[in-house]
Amino acid sequence: MKRIITLTVNNRPGVLNRITNLFSKRNYNIESITVGHSEIEDVSRITCVVNVENDQVIEQITKQLNKQIDVLKVTDISEQSIVARELALIKVLSTPNTRSEMNALIEPFRASIVDVGKDTLVIQITGESDKIEAFIELMKPYGIKELARTGATAFLRGTQRSSNQVKNISIV
Amino acid sequence: MLQETALTNTKAENKSLNGSELLLQALEKEKVEVIFGYPGGAVLPIYDKIYDSKILHVLPRHEQGGIHAAEGYARITGKPGVVIVTSGPGATNIVTGLTDAMIDSLPLVVFTGQVATGVIGTDAFQEADILGITTPITKYNYQVRNIEDIPHIIKEAFYIATSGRPGPVLIDIPRDIATAVTEVPEEREIYLPGYQPTLKPNYLQIRKLTEAVSRAKKPVILAGAGVLHSKASCQLKEYAEQQNIPVVHTLLGLGGFPAEHELSLGMAGMHGCYTANMALYESDLLINIGARFDDRLTGNLKHFAPNATVAHIDIDPAEIGKNVPTEIPVVADAKEALIELIAQEGKPPSHHEWLKTLAGWKIEYPYVYENNANTLKPQKVLEMLYQKTNGEAIVVTDVGQHQMWAAQYYRFGKANRWVTSGGLGTMGFGLPASIGAALADKDATVLAVLGDGGFQMCTQELAVIRELNLPIKIVILNNVALGMVRQWQELFYEERYSHSKNPVQPSFVKLAEAYNIKGYVIESEAKAEEVLAEVLQNREPVLLDFRIDANENVYPMIAPGKGINEMVGVKQK
Repeated sequence: MKRIITLTVNNRPGVLNRITNLFSKRNYNIESITVGHSEIEDVSRITCVVNVENDQVIEQITKQLNKQIDVLKVTDISEQSIVARELALIKVLSTPNTRSEMNALIEPFRASIVDVGKDTLVIQITGESDKIEAFIELMKPYGIKELARTGATAFLRGTQRSSNQVKNISIV
Repeated sequence: MLQETALTNTKAENKSLNGSELLLQALEKEKVEVIFGYPGGAVLPIYDKIYDSKILHVLPRHEQGGIHAAEGYARITGKPGVVIVTSGPGATNIVTGLTDAMIDSLPLVVFTGQVATGVIGTDAFQEADILGITTPITKYNYQVRNIEDIPHIIKEAFYIATSGRPGPVLIDIPRDIATAVTEVPEEREIYLPGYQPTLKPNYLQIRKLTEAVSRAKKPVILAGAGVLHSKASCQLKEYAEQQNIPVVHTLLGLGGFPAEHELSLGMAGMHGCYTANMALYESDLLINIGARFDDRLTGNLKHFAPNATVAHIDIDPAEIGKNVPTEIPVVADAKEALIELIAQEGKPPSHHEWLKTLAGWKIEYPYVYENNANTLKPQKVLEMLYQKTNGEAIVVTDVGQHQMWAAQYYRFGKANRWVTSGGLGTMGFGLPASIGAALADKDATVLAVLGDGGFQMCTQELAVIRELNLPIKIVILNNVALGMVRQWQELFYEERYSHSKNPVQPSFVKLAEAYNIKGYVIESEAKAEEVLAEVLQNREPVLLDFRIDANENVYPMIAPGKGINEMVGVKQK
């Protein structure tokens, strides 16, 4: 099963190495990892998507990550209400014949054309991973020349419908 | 006017120092007694300052020996072993020792030289990416980028190495940083928001454990090295006696509970005793204190303590539930948790039947071997050593059959008398580690119990033993074989002894003599009596080449993949 873990870490040389090292050392499978600055100076946010067999593994992963001295906080947000986004750039073959047809696909996905070449288009699409997967499938028949994906970055929504709150309401 | 003078004074005190001076000043501040170090190009500036330092510097004859010695020192004192090596090959030579310290949770602070910052990444002479290499095998590592950071990094490194679950910390120092000059920077407080080890146990879990104990019919405590790291052996004894709970040891935990105590069941695991293994197997409440349920202890997890409620006290939350599902997790320092547990004064379990069964097993199934007048049995040698040192020596071992025999037959009465490479199983560890142990406790007699294989992996350290005149009695249980490998080949590879038997050997006695250390070949019990009586009287180093029965195996044994209840070689007395 897929799980999304977010970490805040000290922005210090070697931190990313320590974290990716941990994944390979403990034989965990990373599907994607994104890193960037957070709202706090010298603190970076990392989002990992991992594929695990069971809950015990995800517990071990979070504990091992938490043990790292530069890791400030680890949260497994898979079960919570989150905003998760990924960006993909797709260079796809396009002839004058297919262009308008492709446009009809791009529009409902709210993707955009960011570069037009003689016989290719570069399409940018953002959204949840499933949406991107679906769009890539649609583009495949036209001939994908190159594909670059950022991997998901995510955090919690402002309002959580946590099980705690639900319980409280029902008691009241 | 007065004020002005005061101001100028502080300024004068705030004189400029170079990176190497800052380093040694920081080590003095941490009250470092001994540095195990080997000089080389990148650390020449540091060595120039060591020349004037009051701290004892020990020169191993190989960096690997240096770091193992530091581990021996750390194991006995609980203080970090300090190592300084040069860049490149100096640094890569300590990789095994770092891994060993990491897996056995030994505090080390290791300094590696590095090429100058300007040439890092250019494959300069003796450059190695030691941060990259050591990331998975250190608790933390640093590369100093600004000279002003040296005092703070060292302070932090000592704190990280010794607090929480101890471990090795590495500091990489580029050559130009060691020579750069700065005013002594102001001291900063340690601030590590991502590192806050939990020391105090959760009260609810302590209650839960206390209640589980009062209900238990077959409780057992598994005491690991965590008891030793947190210096909790007194509390362990008090708690075990208060609740009348028997205690089983892991290999690394030996000494945490007195072996001769009525409640002591001995060591469990692959070569543990019948009573200890069966106690774990039969128990209905297993209280793990500071052990990590290593596979050499548990055997096949399917058969491990199948009927037990598992409670696990550990300072490292990641160890809890890692291998064995745990009902009562207690994240805490072992000592703090035991103090809380004792304070509960819970109702002791009613488990007379259980204690009676265990006492019966202890008598019926002790470690046994067949003594034979024609050969010298290794077990006999260890029994003699135990008796003749009154069980008070520090015993340091290498890895293999001799290690298991030492663990079985030397009955430790107190903590911090036992130094062995457990998790990593590092051959070559024993001889250099005994140097660190001897420096850590200057009054003790140190027995370095080694096999003929492991002894030859770090023989060069004999020079250090002679140089420092350390009271190390080198006991080689010589079967002219890599005994444990031979044993496995006998049992699991149809006696196809691939590269494990009868290697060409030098005369160990002559080798010792070359280092001006006295040596004896001992082929019989009578000779052993005579020589031991003599050499244990004095404080001189000595090498004893015991020619033991080459076909002796370590039993009992749990074959790989088998359960803890499936021991072979158990004999009734």
